[in-house]
Amino acid sequence: MIKRKKNKKQENNPFYDPALKARHASASRFKKFTLSSLIFSVAFLAFFLFDIIGKGMPAFQITYIKLDVTYNEKTIDDSRFAVEKKYRTIVSRAWLRDLPKLVKSKPELMNTTQSTWVLADDQVDQYLKGHHYNMKDKEIKLVDELNTQGLIESRFNSIFFTNGDSKIPEYAGLNSAMIGSVLTLLITMLVAFPIGVMTAIYLEEFADDNRFTRFIEVNINNLAAIPSILFGLLGLAIFINLFGLPRSSPVVGGLTLALMTLPIIIVSSRAALRAVPDSIRQAGYGLGLNKIQVTKDHVLPLAFPGVLTGSIIGLAQAMGETAPLIIIGMIAFIPDAPGSVMDAATVMPAQLFTWAGMPERMYIEKTAAGIMVLLTVLISLNAIAIYLRKKFEVKW
Amino acid sequence: MKKNDNKVKIDVKDLNLWYGDNHALHGISAELYENKITALIGPSGCGKSTFLRCINRMNDLINIVKIDGQIVIDKKNIYDKDVDEVSVRKKIGMVFQQPNPFPKSIYDNVAYAPLKHGIVKKGKDCDELVETSLIKAGLWNEVKDKLNTPGTSLSGGQQQRLCIARTIAVKPEVILMDEPTSALDPISTEKIEALMLELKNDYTIITVTHNMQQAARVADYTAFFHLGKLIEYDETETIFVNPNNKKTEDYITGRFG
Amino acid sequence: MSTFESRKKQRELNEKLIKFALIAAATISILTTLGILFSILFEAIEFFKLRSFWYFITGTEWSPGVVGSKFGAVPIFAGTFVITIIALAVAIPVGLGSAIYMSEYATPTVRDYLKPILEVLAGIPTVVYGFFAAITVAPMIVNAAESIGLEATFNSALASGIVMGIMIIPVISSLSDDVIRSVPDSQRKAAFGLGMTHGETIRNIVLPSAMPGIISASLLGLSKALGETMIVVMAAGLRPNLSWNPLEDMTTVTVTIVNSLVGDFEFSSPETLSAFALGLVLFVVTLVLNMISLSLIRKFKEKYKVNTL
Repeated sequence: MIKRKKNKKQENNPFYDPALKARHASASRFKKFTLSSLIFSVAFLAFFLFDIIGKGMPAFQITYIKLDVTYNEKTIDDSRFAVEKKYRTIVSRAWLRDLPKLVKSKPELMNTTQSTWVLADDQVDQYLKGHHYNMKDKEIKLVDELNTQGLIESRFNSIFFTNGDSKIPEYAGLNSAMIGSVLTLLITMLVAFPIGVMTAIYLEEFADDNRFTRFIEVNINNLAAIPSILFGLLGLAIFINLFGLPRSSPVVGGLTLALMTLPIIIVSSRAALRAVPDSIRQAGYGLGLNKIQVTKDHVLPLAFPGVLTGSIIGLAQAMGETAPLIIIGMIAFIPDAPGSVMDAATVMPAQLFTWAGMPERMYIEKTAAGIMVLLTVLISLNAIAIYLRKKFEVKW
Repeated sequence: MKKNDNKVKIDVKDLNLWYGDNHALHGISAELYENKITALIGPSGCGKSTFLRCINRMNDLINIVKIDGQIVIDKKNIYDKDVDEVSVRKKIGMVFQQPNPFPKSIYDNVAYAPLKHGIVKKGKDCDELVETSLIKAGLWNEVKDKLNTPGTSLSGGQQQRLCIARTIAVKPEVILMDEPTSALDPISTEKIEALMLELKNDYTIITVTHNMQQAARVADYTAFFHLGKLIEYDETETIFVNPNNKKTEDYITGRFG
Repeated sequence: MSTFESRKKQRELNEKLIKFALIAAATISILTTLGILFSILFEAIEFFKLRSFWYFITGTEWSPGVVGSKFGAVPIFAGTFVITIIALAVAIPVGLGSAIYMSEYATPTVRDYLKPILEVLAGIPTVVYGFFAAITVAPMIVNAAESIGLEATFNSALASGIVMGIMIIPVISSLSDDVIRSVPDSQRKAAFGLGMTHGETIRNIVLPSAMPGIISASLLGLSKALGETMIVVMAAGLRPNLSWNPLEDMTTVTVTIVNSLVGDFEFSSPETLSAFALGLVLFVVTLVLNMISLSLIRKFKEKYKVNTL
């Protein structure tokens, strides 16, 4: 019954074409494929963030154990004796190592035994967090006992932000890497910003369209596409070997990154300069000013927001670079923060690289937490750049 | 309009169109005749192109467009739910203002759609169809020796005739033309107008034109649009010599435009 | 000299100085390229004084640090090739597919939200991708392989290849998106007017027109994959392995460069200098790819008279 009805419908419909069904099906499949590609990208991002945050959140908490700690001459000399023997393997060696410093700052502790919250060993911390751990049965029993007695606490891990790198996992922190990053990027921007902006000004305002100019433009396009590791080779061969600058220092790292960041700053500054309408320049010339005055006093101020935005984006990219800095040596073990741009230092991404390669399980969560910190800084920088661009967006 | 025994090909019934909130076409009703050339004229922005695009449902491609009313072709309202817009466009071809041949060879330009629609298979049948279409479009003699050269290597007028050839190749019943000669030089324009007069024997032609003289030259019937309304629709001679509506007269005589 | 004249002279001198400074700044980019080229070339030549160039290009044994050390880079090139192919096999379909959806199907609001998300993928530092590849993706692959009866190492080429591919998606999708949008709308209208479906229009008309741009994007992606370091250093293997099996570990040019330089060998030893020889190959190959890519885009721009690329 229904079949005949359908045929009747087709008879009355001069626009019915049976071949179209297959063609529409094919078009629909194609659309689904493209949509699924997009969904794959978004899904990956979500999965990735979920995974990193899941791995990194635990790092912001760290375990402390309440124990009796004896402060006297014997224990200052050899801090292993500061706690009872059975607890020695579950407390942090590094915390114990700092005992003399603690007594120096609080002399009233001398010759007393206090109930103190002591930093736990990294294996204890990982055990309590449910991760892979490496402890003897005896130690596990002890920790469980202390836990039921309420003598174990998880606190905010400020060590992560105040300490530099350490071979002892529970004491490792991001501090020296952060300072290293700041110093290095300072050099990067101090070098790349002026050179980049001046190059852009030259190309946009002063240069004639001749072979030299085109040669420069080709060069800039190429520089933007050269693999970052090759900049490291340049840094090694020229800044370190030829100029004799100290290996692994912010000055070498900064110079290397500056060369990498130049193309971005140049391209975005050029775009910003180009966006300033010619009528502004013509008005300046009409008043009798020369090119330099027109550029400095009239064009640059208007182009400045775009220049700034581009530089922030360049800075964000430089912040995440690792490969060239490894080549110039910034992955040595650097526990102390650099005092100057000439001291050996490391940067945040390089620190994460080093931690990722460490055997202890705690470094995984530290690396993930470090990634969260790095990504937060990067997102903030980009957000600032976008905000600035929108705020100063002038519709000519 | 005078009584006639023309066959009605396209019956437009109270067509309304909105671009978002903008009511662009107001209650258009008209009977467009088979194998005749009907010209749509009017000042810029009067809705004639929009109306033209309703006939082959090209406006459906724009998200914010809403359409109300009917366009009945061969006893079927093309806006019915069970009508596939793709098959509408097979029956109703369109030639655009700017010649837009595909970046393919001349042969492939003409052969592409028929092959896709399954009208012919690759080989002799297809070759024949390409030749016939190019002949009908008045382009065959100029390109028969260079069918494999890119369509874009032709002159403007030739490109437009190529576009007409590819439209014909799909064997439509109606050909819509949206200002087909406004981008061309006078000689090419003349050629295409002659072509239109030939083509009307086999096809129903509806053409939008900015050029009143062109309408006077080629069209059997003319429809005058103004601000989205169909003001007057009649034999071309009537519209130009003896219009019934004052607005029509004002436009024809150039009082506004 | 009157004060007017002397002030004029001072102004002219200032102008000259400023102009000179600007030109000097612009020349730095040239100096940088030359610096990279010459420092790599110089040290590479030092290497080829110690070891045969021909064996470097064609030899299949890479065994540094031993007496009679050999430096045949073919296994390293092969490893780079395998991982890069995997990366492109992920990046091109997903990148192109995303670009097509965003430019042809998506509404403007959807596009406004999705384009930045893809840009985020581009902003993630590669060391982060490397961590993710080594700690999360590699074990997943090992487990997946096991479940179907195959064996994968924790340093599988597949792990680093897939993550590298994801990293490259934005390169392909961003440029392809721009190129597809540059194809004139009149082409699409013509196709629709002839009764083509949207899918047919895209596949037969839009994409062929956009092809030079898409190829250019793919070459850029390829170039980026070849030069990528952190993902492979952290997730791929260290030993040169001439194999097509993506579940095995193999190493790349960039990993070998890093390892050659952070070892204990003297700077003038062939072990260390080999890094520069590999660097030279990398430099030349990526340079050629980039030049081809740029010239394709230039031709496309000319053809469609586009300024927005």
